[in-house]
Amino acid sequence: MKRIGPFIVERRLAPPRHVVFGVSVLAVVVALLLAALVFWAYGVSPWRAYAEIGRGTLGTVDGLSDIVRRAIPLILCGVGLTLAFRAQFWNIGAEGQLLAGAVAASGVALFVPVPDGLRLPLMFLAGFGAGALWAVIPALLRVKLQVNEVISTLMMNYIMAYIVEWLVHGPWKGPTMRGFAYTDMFPTAARLPLIAGTRVHWPTLGVGVVAALVVGLILSRTRLGYEVRVVGQSPDAARYAGISFTVVLSLAMVISGGLAALAGVGEVAGIHWRLRSPSHISMGYGYTAIIVAWLARGSPIAAILTALLFGLIFAAGDLMKTTLGLPFQITGVFNGLILFSLISSDLLMYWRIRWRRRGEAWT
Amino acid sequence: MRADAGTGRPDRRPDSPPLVRLEEVTKSFPGVVANDRVTFDVRPGEVHALLGENGAGKTTLVNVLYGLYRPDSGFVLVRGRRVTIRSPREAIALGIGMVHQHFKLVLPHTVAENAALGLKGTPFWAPARGVGRRLRELSERYGLPVDPDRRVWELSAGEQQRVEILKALLRGAEVLILDEPTSVLTPQETGELFKVLSRMREEGHGVIFISHKLTEVLEVADRITVMRRGRVVGTVAAAGADKPMLARMMVGREVVFRLTKRACTPGDAALNVEGIHVRNDRGLPAVRGVSFSVCRGEIFGIAGVAGNGQRELVEALAGLRRIERGRVCILGDDVTNRSPRLLSDIGVAHVPEERIRMGIVPGLSVEENLILKRHHRPPFCRAGLLHPASVRRFAQTAIEEHGIVTSNPKTPAKLLSGGNIQKLILARELSGQPALVLAAHPTYGLDVGATEQIRELLLRQREAGAGVLLVSEDLEEVMELADRIAVMFRGEITGVVSAGEAKREEIGMMMAGEERVRG
Ligand SMILES: Nc1ncnc2c1ncn2[C@@H]1O[C@H](COP(=O)(O)OP(=O)(O)O)[C@@H](O)[C@H]1O
Ligand SMILES: [Mg+2]
Repeated sequence: MKRIGPFIVERRLAPPRHVVFGVSVLAVVVALLLAALVFWAYGVSPWRAYAEIGRGTLGTVDGLSDIVRRAIPLILCGVGLTLAFRAQFWNIGAEGQLLAGAVAASGVALFVPVPDGLRLPLMFLAGFGAGALWAVIPALLRVKLQVNEVISTLMMNYIMAYIVEWLVHGPWKGPTMRGFAYTDMFPTAARLPLIAGTRVHWPTLGVGVVAALVVGLILSRTRLGYEVRVVGQSPDAARYAGISFTVVLSLAMVISGGLAALAGVGEVAGIHWRLRSPSHISMGYGYTAIIVAWLARGSPIAAILTALLFGLIFAAGDLMKTTLGLPFQITGVFNGLILFSLISSDLLMYWRIRWRRRGEAWT
Repeated sequence: MRADAGTGRPDRRPDSPPLVRLEEVTKSFPGVVANDRVTFDVRPGEVHALLGENGAGKTTLVNVLYGLYRPDSGFVLVRGRRVTIRSPREAIALGIGMVHQHFKLVLPHTVAENAALGLKGTPFWAPARGVGRRLRELSERYGLPVDPDRRVWELSAGEQQRVEILKALLRGAEVLILDEPTSVLTPQETGELFKVLSRMREEGHGVIFISHKLTEVLEVADRITVMRRGRVVGTVAAAGADKPMLARMMVGREVVFRLTKRACTPGDAALNVEGIHVRNDRGLPAVRGVSFSVCRGEIFGIAGVAGNGQRELVEALAGLRRIERGRVCILGDDVTNRSPRLLSDIGVAHVPEERIRMGIVPGLSVEENLILKRHHRPPFCRAGLLHPASVRRFAQTAIEEHGIVTSNPKTPAKLLSGGNIQKLILARELSGQPALVLAAHPTYGLDVGATEQIRELLLRQREAGAGVLLVSEDLEEVMELADRIAVMFRGEITGVVSAGEAKREEIGMMMAGEERVRG
């Protein structure tokens, strides 16, 4: 217990749900207020900016569909990350896992002879497998060699990004692309169907929502989920209970990386219809998903909502570039502000602040 | 049993004004009133004991006196003058010294250097030079033998405590606060400490002696103040007090001192340990060639001052630490270095020393904690899916049977009190008839009620035919519960005695490293 000015600050052991929710909303609101300052500094009235954004994103079908389209990869990556984070495995590698999925799906789309009807399912399958494989490496490195996963997953993002660059500039460079660093266009059978009039590739969206539900059930209702929570909350208790870190972290990362990879499959098969430079495929979805999972406080279902929020921010970024003449990097500023206010708001969850009662002394 | 029967007590000068007095001190922490209008004083030339269970508020009270906490209300008088003590430095200036429960010494430095640290008038160069001489004087005068040139890390816990006391005396402490000083000492060292306290009494110091052990308090104190749940229950003269009376004041009800220990015939060996060697976290040998066996229907006690390898021994037996050499057999099968899971599956229960860090998953609910270790087996789990109804049913029975106080089974385990956390662990570990129970400090820090209940549970396991390995620092507990007692010192077993013929003094000698003379 501490005194700060007229307040008493007390530690709170287990924040109730409504506090967690309230604090998270507060964090987002604070970030929006701070962003208003950024608009103002750019000479754009914050009122006008938010009005434009509201009208342009939430007010039109195009805007709404753009939000959902952006949210799809964020849902998949974010849901996967909630599982890894619950095991206290800091997977910063969703970006690379996403790209791994994109590579595998492109390979199947372009080079594997399969019947048309099986092509898309096989692309999802291969994508999942590639992401899982890419993600399980840091898990094993950590368990067997105590390699810090923050470093290893981050490094593997770069490796995968260069693999993609190499592929599109080298062996997979499309002969019909007249020198651009693309692969050839996917055949129609390798393209995802869209909701009419939008760019929302609904099968990936469906997979994302189902994944959220399944991961939710895994966490609450399965042995794996139980062990993930034990490992995450108390490694010593996990050892004491004879839980295998190798098995638990590997499985968690197979799912986490696999789901991130599905996001990559969705992007190449639903949006681009080819493999191209990594910065075009992803725009940092794998990194933004870290904030998505964090804001969702480890709940995969809540990650759907927070992914939509960040979908909105991405869509707003496009809009601000076109209608307000602001640089596109404004989305990065937004993400940063939200992340910072989230991290600082954690204090509010675990500490209760109240007015000092009359006559109450201090320590 | 007086420590210092020879010198006798000087008169207590009952009318001399107190050196310090805490008046109506109230101090609360979130959710608890640690001190509720507590009044307490010490006069020159007396040892005033502060007795109470863990959590009664003793440490909080002396922390207020030592300037570590500010009271919410109430005040402190030093020699009749009202003062505000804002920091330990101010407390020291007022002649108040404190030896904390955990020592605050710089291990690589010498005794003299430690004593000089922060001392007024210490020269910048060769700070420890002048101090050595004064230390020698003081240690002579109070009977506190220490060599000022030894390095602190070489000293035993008892010697380090002497250094702490000397440090306080060097700073001119007239009032010395000792917070649970005997918890780190062997019985012999305790006796020596009591002699020092008598010397201090003769020199006119006031001593505040904190403990939750009745025998000690009766032995050393002139007056005894009993605290319960933040309040003073009463202050009595030691001469007119006895154990049952103090226990009643401390707990608030009658306490049974004798557990009923039924005769049990030990059966086959539950555990055979043959010459095992185990290293500690720093990679140094901690258990060095230990051998013993525990039979079914027997409690085998391991006494000893903490830090002599008990922890590493238990962890090795539970499969959590590598056994470098030697062999462990459970129920006749060689299980050396097998996994914790296998050991748990063949019926080894483990009540770990570190309850909160290892024994529970703090953020998981009480019911989820109750199935830990068995969460992967039917009825709780089938084909990888958990079965909430079975978990709930099991939890409800366990909570009722063991009287675990929790608002509901879904409460996070970290919100339980210490005693209830331990009950949760025992409920989990003892369900399903274990063959071997490894219990490390099972009642450490618990209140009398929970302690009684947990000892009762261990005795019941013994009657049900389990072998119980009981590691405890509480010699009385070991002597009361165990059928045979081994003492560990510096990683070795210095002797094994059967409970019937065990004498406190003899075990005390072994705790200090003396080999047992008779076989
Ligand atoms: N710094 C603190 N913050 C919150 N609660 C505390 C703190 N120190 C002590 N307490 C609580 O105050 C009560 C009294 O504790 P303490 O004075 O340490 O008891 P004792 O020394 O008699 O065992 C306990 O309930 C304990 O949990
Ligand atoms: Mg204490």
